[in-house]
Amino acid sequence: MVTAVTSFGRSGLSDWLVQRVSGVILLAYFLFMGYAVATGGDYASWKALFAQTWVKVFSLMALLSLAAHAWIGLWSVLTDYLTERLMGTTGNVLRITLQILIVLVLFVYVVWGVQILWGY
Amino acid sequence: MRLPITAWASITHRASGVFIFVGMAVFLWALDASLRSPESYASLQECLTSPLAKFVIWAVLAGVIYHSLAGVKHLIMDFGIGESMPGGVLGARLVIGLSAVLIVLAGVWIW
Ligand code: HEM
Ligand code: HEM
Repeated sequence: MVTAVTSFGRSGLSDWLVQRVSGVILLAYFLFMGYAVATGGDYASWKALFAQTWVKVFSLMALLSLAAHAWIGLWSVLTDYLTERLMGTTGNVLRITLQILIVLVLFVYVVWGVQILWGY
Repeated sequence: MRLPITAWASITHRASGVFIFVGMAVFLWALDASLRSPESYASLQECLTSPLAKFVIWAVLAGVIYHSLAGVKHLIMDFGIGESMPGGVLGARLVIGLSAVLIVLAGVWIW
């Protein structure tokens, strides 16, 4: 089995599964959000919708799915293009720099989302 | 570039995935403004009347729509359906066609 410390779940098979499960959760959330925005009323009703526990939990699940899904997905993209074989050491340096950047962005997304959901 | 339609479907799935990773910042920003206070909710509504803001939202939505449909196609093929060359071509055509329709509808909805 292919293993690499830089993959999310340390194994290709679990990455594959996480990618699919997180994709389905994200899709469900996008559909929910599309419906919520399309049928949305004013500020009070919007706020009331997001005050419900299930909406908060659903949103948090979507946020965590986004983090896992984007990490695995972008990992695939980076390891396809920015490789030592294609561009020597520069490839490794560039890839690892971008991976650190991606983790930081995803971390900000999750913390920001939690702040939105529970902070206001 | 002359590539088979299945190759186009695949590379655009990848490109849209990278694009919406960045685009999620816009959605989070809008969610933040929409829930922060009545004032920020009102200014968000105001901001979203500008053509530029509408275009940004529409572009991210387009990416999400395409990536999601292509993602669902992936899932269907993972179950072993349509894993042939004609199946792949049909799937790619369906995804591209359906996405185009939904993306136009999303544009109509926003404007
Ligand atoms: C928050 C939104 C999302 C982001 C940022 C995102 C990002 C990505 C990225 C960067 C990839 C890698 C593409 C590649 O390696 O070619 C990917 C793959 C994938 N995405 Fe998404 N995605 C999102 C939502 C979704 C949704 C809603 C679905 C719907 C089911 C989905 C299904 C998939 C699938 C099945 C793959 C794997 C494709 C493969 O194995 O080659 N994604 N995603
Ligand atoms: C689609 C994406 C956008 C969203 C969701 C969005 C959302 C918002 C929100 C919520 C505010 C109010 C902030 C607050 O006071 O709490 C705001 C203000 C502002 N936005 Fe945007 N915006 C978007 C795109 C843009 C773009 C593309 C521009 C211009 C290049 C822009 C320019 C401004 C300016 C100048 C203000 C300050 C307005 C004022 O309060 O006087 N926005 N935006």
